[in-house]
Amino acid sequence: MPTLHSSGELPLKSEHDMVLGRQTVRRLAQEQGFSLVDQTKIVTAASELARNALIYGGGGMLKWEVLLDGLKRGVRLTFQDQGPGIANVELALTDGWTSGHGLGLGLSGARRLVNDFELDSVVGQGTRVTVTRWK
Amino acid sequence: MGEFLLVTIQVDMHDQLALRLQDDLTQAIDANGTKGVLIDISALEMVDSFIGRMIADISGMARILDAKTVLVGMQPAVAITLVELGLSLPGVATALNVERGMQLLKHTRDEADADTALER
Repeated sequence: MPTLHSSGELPLKSEHDMVLGRQTVRRLAQEQGFSLVDQTKIVTAASELARNALIYGGGGMLKWEVLLDGLKRGVRLTFQDQGPGIANVELALTDGWTSGHGLGLGLSGARRLVNDFELDSVVGQGTRVTVTRWK
Repeated sequence: MGEFLLVTIQVDMHDQLALRLQDDLTQAIDANGTKGVLIDISALEMVDSFIGRMIADISGMARILDAKTVLVGMQPAVAITLVELGLSLPGVATALNVERGMQLLKHTRDEADADTALER
């Protein structure tokens, strides 16, 4: 079982928060010694998920955790919103499907950029997406 | 730069800023009769689907305004991530750096000039 090394929370209430969130994730990944490609992947996934929480979820929180599992180090990110939720999760994870005006790559693309991906959504209550990238 | 427009993106843009760039750029193309646009993203450490779409849209809008867009300087880590994300920027011309991008624009312009000369 991985152990928790450190954690923190950031609000996702504005586009400025999204930029700060990306910078925080970049710094965390750098501190864990992620390669440049791995840093870029988790920052890009974070950007997609933060935007979803902001645009579709009406804003929310980003919780970050640094995990240790033996010699492995990981960054786990949880995006939580209290928005309308996703009625059909399978559909929402399909490439090209969008409920808004985007390209429909946010969720499905973010999933490809991380090692672990979990999505919990309750209609009328909100959505939580948890992703982990291991070094 | 003459008839070409060079846009260097230096900062981690928030979404509204990206949209404003799109507006400003299309207006500048129209106002100056620009034939080519070079977008230098060598300073960008991340391109997500929003920025990617903005770049593709600028390229499409510029084409309709009779200008060619060349995207230059994408970092390898950004390119790898962008393709894995699912975005391959179809229809957007790319070059390794500003110099090569400029060559591509000049080549396109010279070909267009040759065509015009033939029509006469």
